[in-house]
Amino acid sequence: MYEKNGEKYFVVDGHLHYWNAAPDNWVPGAEQYAKGWIECFHAYQGLGPPATHWPIEHFQKYSEDDLMKDVFEDGYVDVAIFQPTYLKEWYKEGFNTTERNALMGEKHPGKFIYNTRWDPRDGDAGIEELRKNVDRFGSKGCKLYSAEWNAGSRGWKLTDPAAYRYLEECQRLGVKNIHVHKGPTIWPLDKDAFDVSDVDHAATDFQDLNFIVEHVGLPRIEDFCFMATQEPNVYAGLAVVIGGLMHARPKFFAKVMGELLFWVGEDKMLFGSDYAIWEPKWQVEGFVDWEMPDDASLTDYPRMNTDSKKKIMGLNAAKLYDIEVPAEYQLKHGGTPGAHEVFAGEPEEHAASGA
Amino acid sequence: MTNPVTAGSPGAPPGESPPGAARVLTALDAVRDPELDEPITSLGFVSSCTVSGDGDAQVRLRLPTYFCAPNFAFLMVADAYDAVSALPGVRMTEVVLEDHFASDAINGGVAARAGFARSFDGEAVGELHELRADFLRKAVMAGTDIVCRPLAGAGTGPSELATLTLDQVPPSPALERLRQRRAELGLPAGDDAPLLIDPATGAPLAGDAVPLHLRRAHTTRVSIEANAGICRGMLRHRYGTSGLGEEEQ
Repeated sequence: MYEKNGEKYFVVDGHLHYWNAAPDNWVPGAEQYAKGWIECFHAYQGLGPPATHWPIEHFQKYSEDDLMKDVFEDGYVDVAIFQPTYLKEWYKEGFNTTERNALMGEKHPGKFIYNTRWDPRDGDAGIEELRKNVDRFGSKGCKLYSAEWNAGSRGWKLTDPAAYRYLEECQRLGVKNIHVHKGPTIWPLDKDAFDVSDVDHAATDFQDLNFIVEHVGLPRIEDFCFMATQEPNVYAGLAVVIGGLMHARPKFFAKVMGELLFWVGEDKMLFGSDYAIWEPKWQVEGFVDWEMPDDASLTDYPRMNTDSKKKIMGLNAAKLYDIEVPAEYQLKHGGTPGAHEVFAGEPEEHAASGA
Repeated sequence: MTNPVTAGSPGAPPGESPPGAARVLTALDAVRDPELDEPITSLGFVSSCTVSGDGDAQVRLRLPTYFCAPNFAFLMVADAYDAVSALPGVRMTEVVLEDHFASDAINGGVAARAGFARSFDGEAVGELHELRADFLRKAVMAGTDIVCRPLAGAGTGPSELATLTLDQVPPSPALERLRQRRAELGLPAGDDAPLLIDPATGAPLAGDAVPLHLRRAHTTRVSIEANAGICRGMLRHRYGTSGLGEEEQ
């Protein structure tokens, strides 16, 4: 919970990790990839305020106590959603698996939601693993990473027939929130791996599922915006937007936020810290304080108010994940219905409860 | 980083003496990151550039991350090779991409003039012309916003912008750049060409399509600029030193 100027914010961190990327977990022969991956993440941390930077050794492997302190004690987070990334070709036990997250999380009941993952190239065995994970961890969402290397393949896309099989299984299992993270490799390599048109197709074909495009499709924000504005079940995951731009490039942060508010809307934007890339504390504080600067180049962007920020910080994610939010955090005025409510015909649930 | 070496062969006939490293660097100004539509020099991607007394040029390139997309990385290395090897007086050209997961495939493929599909045998089905064109179209959209924003700010409305031809727009580096990008794509770029065109077809835009086109152009520019900002930040964190010809933004 975060409180500022008498306003209370229920904070759902929609994107965080509990990884082990230390040398003890590197696959022999793939050390350069394991090292390259974590160093790349570490460079992203460099875009946050200097006081929040970690030495690489700590960044490679942090403890359960570190996470609990950074995220819940200092970071104001009420509920955190683990987004696993396996990368087992590079990390012996995986980078951060559903199991690793859940083993840690189950010591802290009510604090975590365990998303799982799948990879369409894993065939029947992967479907079976997905079922088991949903049964064991109660997953209502999954994190997909399109650039994972798998047995000679450097990536995949959502429109692959094998991926549709998994999406159908997600529908059956009630895994309704599909978090998509586009990475730099895909087959064939001569195509743009970051292209989000496959999400567009899948979102049209699977109307019961919600597609949360992580880091708002960066580096293809424009394609993501044009697509999300047309698909009621496509959402913007703000991991990397707040962490990577708010401090390092405040002017671009304002413009990107303006574009997202215009095309996607405040009802479909979800906060995610991407911990341990960035700690949530400075992101939550900074975002709640943030106002669109008074600048001639920004005048045609929508403005946010306190209610907008409450939605983005937690209420939107709480809706997607059926998280119970105490009345004191609900919107006082109901907010303005967004395109999602209007087009999907959903009742304005949070309007009445806090009034 | 490596000091640029300015070398020349005393007594060599004019036109055949090796270019200085500064001349090579100028040639590299014409090589752009296709996604960011900015020279690899000003982005800080050139870590060193040397020319031997015999005209052997070596350029070393670096990127913001180990996992930057291999197709765009290939284009930059191949374009750098072409730009340098075309210089009079250059005998041999070597372009080396450092610290990238696909360095070997890219460096070897470019040196062997193998093309992308052969350099990534089994992982690619075609060359990168279409990819490059897709990103040139984005550059045209972003460039349209850069040219139109000041006009709109001075009171020129969308429907009026749609009536303008390129020679009716006040000259500026941004306009020149927009014309160059359009010409590269084979789109109308002459004096009498309309300012607003569909970058996919070259057809002029009019009526209801104009405000949405301008809005999309702006979003495309914001996206490219934000990406460039992130890339610069990552590069700085990764290396901590300026590249040759790097310009802060």
